[in-house]
Amino acid sequence: MAEVLLKVEDLKTYFRVRGSFTKKVRAVDGVSFEIPKGITLGVVGESGCGKSTLGRTVLKLIEPTSGRIFFDGKDVTKIRGKNLREYWRNAQMVFQDPHTSLNPRMTIASILLEPIRSYKLPVNDEERFLVEQLEMVGLGKEHLYRYPHELSGGQKQRVAILRAIIVKPKFVVLDEPTSALDVSVQAQILELLKDLQKIYGLTYMFISHDIAIVKYMSNMIAVMYLGKIVELGDADTVFFNPLHPYTKYLLSAVPIPDPRMVRDRKKVLVQGEPPSPINPPPGCRFHPRCPFAMDICRKEEPPKIEVEKSHMVACMLYAKK
Amino acid sequence: MESNTRDRVVLNDNEVLRVEGLEVKFYTYAGVVHAVSNVSFFVRESETVALVGETGCGKTITTRAITKLIESPGRVESGIALFRRRNRQVVDLLKLSDEEIRKIRGDEIAYIFQDPSAALDPLYTVGYHFVETVKNHRNNINKKNIIQLAIKLLREVAIPSPEVRVKNYPHELSGGMKQRSVIAISLSNMPKLLIADEPTTNLDVTIQAQILELLYELQKKYGMSMILITHNLGVVAETANRVYVMYAGKIVEEGVCETIFYSSTHPYTQLLLRAVPNPLKKVEKLESIPGTVPSLINPPPGCRFHPRCPFAMDICRKEEPPKIKIGNDHYVFCWLYVKK
Repeated sequence: MAEVLLKVEDLKTYFRVRGSFTKKVRAVDGVSFEIPKGITLGVVGESGCGKSTLGRTVLKLIEPTSGRIFFDGKDVTKIRGKNLREYWRNAQMVFQDPHTSLNPRMTIASILLEPIRSYKLPVNDEERFLVEQLEMVGLGKEHLYRYPHELSGGQKQRVAILRAIIVKPKFVVLDEPTSALDVSVQAQILELLKDLQKIYGLTYMFISHDIAIVKYMSNMIAVMYLGKIVELGDADTVFFNPLHPYTKYLLSAVPIPDPRMVRDRKKVLVQGEPPSPINPPPGCRFHPRCPFAMDICRKEEPPKIEVEKSHMVACMLYAKK
Repeated sequence: MESNTRDRVVLNDNEVLRVEGLEVKFYTYAGVVHAVSNVSFFVRESETVALVGETGCGKTITTRAITKLIESPGRVESGIALFRRRNRQVVDLLKLSDEEIRKIRGDEIAYIFQDPSAALDPLYTVGYHFVETVKNHRNNINKKNIIQLAIKLLREVAIPSPEVRVKNYPHELSGGMKQRSVIAISLSNMPKLLIADEPTTNLDVTIQAQILELLYELQKKYGMSMILITHNLGVVAETANRVYVMYAGKIVEEGVCETIFYSSTHPYTQLLLRAVPNPLKKVEKLESIPGTVPSLINPPPGCRFHPRCPFAMDICRKEEPPKIKIGNDHYVFCWLYVKK
């Protein structure tokens, strides 16, 4: 397997709850994974499972409570100042909503020049360079001096993506980059991201609640539930041979755009909603909703079990007795 | 619409609703928005009809128009919306006075709005919403009985401990529970027609699956008809009997669910289906539709899809495509299928 670009060990991000010293929101609670170079890791889960917090913590936009982050072999957990800026040159982010992530008072040109000037990248003819770059993401010269409100949602997201990759990073966190867009535009953006990955050899962390899209974009998939990764493995393996009851449930809940397949499909119906991450249930966090819950699930945290090569599941059902 | 066409529109025996030539415009400062143009569709007894399309294609405006919920600067320019009431009497919804439509709305036609948090009044308990909905249409029922009914319905939509929840305020419920409550409230008068406007868009997939299952069960049980508005083709495949595909304020194709998915004829429907990844299939490349949805202030002349259509011909740029019958219950608005 290729060289590891990003490695995360037992990462935890807790948030304080207002008005309390002891209560904490355990948004990310002990997450470990590795992303090899040139690979897309898809992170999927319901809202509030901590997938966005994980993405932000990895980029150090939020300080981790504990755990370690290694990027390109270097420990970046504690870096600050100059080193942190250097880290951000290599690791960028595209946010969910392009309508709010672009400054409405800046033209597209100044939005894109900001990272170039900030990192003092050697660019001779700024305008020509920007036009070249814009054409790469399917925009053109005519968009250069427009303001964000003059662009459509899809065009704005193209600008946001370009802003992230214009500094030639190695790693990009994509936090729900298409959930604010229409289906026909969503397909355009996903194709663009795949093309850019090929051209620049980028490594992606693709965060989304939409499993169909995560499956389409990713080589590896991590399924999160209440701050923990419950299953991690190759996209096809996780998809066609899901092991954790939550993954099975999640997969059977996705609406399939194919009426015949819908009829043949077995449904795993689980009642209820995810509990609050302030007071997660003891033991396995999924046990109150899990149809296979055993006594031990209510008491002990499930171990991480490597069922087969590069397929990890955290579930008591697969622990050897 | 001329008066003779008006007379020709009839509601067949097994139909609950038939809309013909609906036209809605919004008079804004930027210009006249042609939000819905010449939309016709019908709903049979106890079937689920899906209106599918991207943002701004007019699907919400269509259903709002037939329930007279269009507010200024919007105006229903023309059209007929025949609806069969519980007593089998047929009325044109668009011609009713505000008072008359109020008797039907919330009683015989129930509406589930997109955002459940905005649909509930934060100052009143969930139970009060039931009381208000039922009291408006029936005077002979007292509050205690309505609360009993509310508890029964809340239990039916799988809300745990409904006796407690009925006294809760909306902020004490989660998003999924709010949507369940809204569904329960809309059922409180046993409507003939339920309009569900993106009922699961703000919810997680797991909750979405629960809600869709719930709507399906309830429909089977009470035999009501349903109009489901959605942009999610997966949701359509899971729930709809018949589908209307809308683009830029017009219907471009209509047909039985399977026909739309396996033998669609309109280029927009075909492209739209290929733009959505099916997680159970290996997809090498997603087809994307070039360009974006046009502005409805100055919609393109002729077929509104022609600027993005890979098969556009000269005539598409000039003349509106006619409605062409492809098969049983299957119609398309496209010049490609006109026999020369």
